[in-house]
Amino acid sequence: MNEMTKLTIKDFETDQEVRWCPGCGDYAVLKAVQRTLPELGTRPENIVFVSGIGCSSRFPYYVETYGFHTIHGRAPAVATGLKLANPELDVWIITGDGDALSIGGNHTMHLLRRNLDCQILLFNNEIYGLTKGQYSPTSRVGTRSPSTPFGSVDRPASPCGFALGSGARFVARGIDTHKKLPEVLKAAHAHRGSSFVEIYQNCIVYNDDVFSGFTDKANAAANQIWLVHGAPMLFDGGTKGMTLDHAALRLRVVDVADGDWAAAGVIVHDQTNKGLAQMLIELMPEEGFPVALGVIFDHPRPTFERAVVAQNAEASQGKLPDLQKLVSKGQTWQVDKEPHAL
Amino acid sequence: MASAVHDVSLEEAGSHPVPESIVVRFAGDSGDGMQLTGGQFTLSTALAGNDLATFPDFPAEIRAPQGTLFGVSAFQINFGSTAIETAGDAPDVLVAMNPAALKTNVGSLKVGGLIIADAGEFGARNLAKAGYAQSPLEDGSLARWQLLSFDISALTMEAVKPFGLGNKEALRCKNMWTLGLALWMFDRDRAPLIQWLHDKFAKAPVLADANVAALNAGHAYGETAELGGAIRQHHVAPAPVAPGLYRTVTGAESISLGLVAGTQLAGLKMFFGGYPITPASAILHHLSRLKEYGVTTFQAEDEIAAIASAIGASYAGSLGVTSSSGPGIALKGEAIGLAIMTELPLVIVNSQRGGPSTGLPTKTEQSDLYQAVYGRNGDAPMPVIAARSPADAFDCAIEAVRIATQYMTPVMLLTDGYIANAAEPWKVPDMAGYAPFPVQFQEDVPEGGFKPYARDDKLKRPWVKPGTPGLMHRIGGIEKQVDTGHINYEAANHQAMTDIRQAKVAGIADSIPDQDVCMGEAGGRLALVGWGSTFGPIHQAVRRMRARGHDVSHIHIRHIWPLPRNLGALLRGYDQVIVPEMNTGQLKTVLRDQFLVDARPLNKVSGQPFRIDEIEAAIEEALE
Repeated sequence: MNEMTKLTIKDFETDQEVRWCPGCGDYAVLKAVQRTLPELGTRPENIVFVSGIGCSSRFPYYVETYGFHTIHGRAPAVATGLKLANPELDVWIITGDGDALSIGGNHTMHLLRRNLDCQILLFNNEIYGLTKGQYSPTSRVGTRSPSTPFGSVDRPASPCGFALGSGARFVARGIDTHKKLPEVLKAAHAHRGSSFVEIYQNCIVYNDDVFSGFTDKANAAANQIWLVHGAPMLFDGGTKGMTLDHAALRLRVVDVADGDWAAAGVIVHDQTNKGLAQMLIELMPEEGFPVALGVIFDHPRPTFERAVVAQNAEASQGKLPDLQKLVSKGQTWQVDKEPHAL
Repeated sequence: MASAVHDVSLEEAGSHPVPESIVVRFAGDSGDGMQLTGGQFTLSTALAGNDLATFPDFPAEIRAPQGTLFGVSAFQINFGSTAIETAGDAPDVLVAMNPAALKTNVGSLKVGGLIIADAGEFGARNLAKAGYAQSPLEDGSLARWQLLSFDISALTMEAVKPFGLGNKEALRCKNMWTLGLALWMFDRDRAPLIQWLHDKFAKAPVLADANVAALNAGHAYGETAELGGAIRQHHVAPAPVAPGLYRTVTGAESISLGLVAGTQLAGLKMFFGGYPITPASAILHHLSRLKEYGVTTFQAEDEIAAIASAIGASYAGSLGVTSSSGPGIALKGEAIGLAIMTELPLVIVNSQRGGPSTGLPTKTEQSDLYQAVYGRNGDAPMPVIAARSPADAFDCAIEAVRIATQYMTPVMLLTDGYIANAAEPWKVPDMAGYAPFPVQFQEDVPEGGFKPYARDDKLKRPWVKPGTPGLMHRIGGIEKQVDTGHINYEAANHQAMTDIRQAKVAGIADSIPDQDVCMGEAGGRLALVGWGSTFGPIHQAVRRMRARGHDVSHIHIRHIWPLPRNLGALLRGYDQVIVPEMNTGQLKTVLRDQFLVDARPLNKVSGQPFRIDEIEAAIEEALE
């Protein structure tokens, strides 16, 4: 392949047989990624997919780029060393709800607060698939699983809430089979810094239809709001929108008549507003709200690897590496005479 | 087993000839600046041309309550006109800055040795905290030793009076007063220290002047005070050493320098991922200042991230390095397995400390040998190297980098708290004498297609930097197919890959020197086999016993895994083999397993290094 060749989806497929369960949402995400990559303008050899452990973490084997399938929860840490050692690489982290929020929660938090330039795709299926169906840190209260036969009693973590709280500067959501996922991925890639994308992913075997309340065709329009920076927050075919209840300081759903969203008080999405992002990620269909999707928060600030590179360069300025000088440092003394016999 | 106590009568002590070496221990409250005092005394001693070894011994607490027994911090230095390989057994001189320091240290002072005590600190409160019913300075209980007590606190206050310091600040100069006296006793030059004080307090010249005044006052006190026979000036002649440029070095410094030298010899950049832990943090501190040598340091969120980031950097084409102590190494275990499975170069430095669990963070031990050699899930072979002294750690670090990069494998470098903290004179190496071992990254597609797990004659797989066109591939912790590196669960393939990993590491023995006998003969009645920081006391004990006509040899092992090819045959040439270790017999077990030799243990797990006499006693008993 030379620089002029236009890459296609085929260029990002490996010769490996994809081994997820038939009907798994991971297939759709893989396709969305492979469809997105040719449009990013990055040569495949400069892309690295790093994953942890779980169903989704098999992902790197199926993308024709460099790939590292690491150990449970540690992908962010491996990616940090990789990116610091070569900041030119385009690094994608593939992880799941258990991988990123349970065993690897600490690394996810620190990756986000440091703002390493990379994309984190968190496949949230609210279940442990690879270990055969135990409940996960994002499972809803009452989830029956082999380890919680009477239903789980602990409250779930919110992936986007965790990311925002950790200092993430890009937080977005997508759905495995939704046609807008590539757009979200492109926005994540365009953001310099840690781009956190939660992807609702259906586990057909252990947690089928857990998201159907807002992903089924019949429910989608009324329960999904796709956010666009600078555009009014409308959903359900433009018949509904979000407004800010100033007195209660919270979002509220309003009806929009004849497309006149301004008259209904619908607000415009500002992706640089963290307070708004905080409110958006907490909207839940069970409470009568649509699920916020698309780019919820995007407000870049300087990245970790650039700061490290800049400091390394600054501290090295005017100093020439000289091993002999280095080992001779400190207070030294010269012994001139030959040793006398003991 | 050696007897722990070697009692010397007063007559015996008094009949000693002029010593070739002297052991001084400074002990005080952890806030008294004893480590600093010891460090500066060490430097003065090195500049005077003596060979030396030191042993800092400090509490785990940052500032333990003042005056308490567990808050005592001590620094021991052994210096002399002959080669010094240990920090010395019993001190000749004990400087005790308070009752607690006296109580915890006087037991190890040589009978007839000298106690210098700060009488100003022996008030009722401090005596009670140390558990003394009455002042030992006055009740005759120290009769076995020579006692010199005077009010160092008051003398210091007097000396720094002109500088108008507050009480607390003035008393902080006590350690310099004491150091001044010690410098006088051993005929040391004050000039470098005065310069150092001016540099250290460049921003607070009053403090510099006060400390210098205290130092000079202590020195003058020794010169002019009529102190009777107890205190006198000693001149210890310079030790005969090979000509050349010398400096002092601690293990943490020499490991850092060795890692830098190694990566430069390999033509690589270094990425160091670390997480603070005693006693390993000093390596992170040193390396973080060496950015012009292509060193990136990263203080990770935990031990696991420290090693995982280093693995990521190695994958990118830097040399990943991580460092910790036992508990942190335990956390890194799974990631070490990943480096073994993905066959990436990596250096893991373990500065061992007393264990298990949190154990004794500031005390030394060599009880992580099993962990280093065996401590992972699965059949996970990994080379292990052990440094014997601060100076030796430099070459060991280079050797670790060589093996890691030439064989595409993680390597563990074992040191311990003693090596990390202790200082010794180091003949500055001529870097031109080190042969480079440049890494060859694979950059072109070979004939027949690229195979990420293809092997060369050493069974090494290729190292490819992401970013290289045409060589895209995937690696991971799941079992890999021979050659292609694809995921593979087949029985025959796992057998083949396990065998390859085993053979690759075993084959490293081809690139390491045959085991030598560092003192004595290849064969005979008794061999003492050691590793790590027990080198000094074993070597001295063997030297002394050989001088008395005993047939005993010293073998010191640097390459713990794989072991040198000739070691089994060498050990079988002795009637007896004793393995002194600061653990319950770990190398002993490995030697028995590997060579079916009747190696016997000599163990000490007290958080303190072996004393020479303990090992002498064991030799004596074995040869009876």
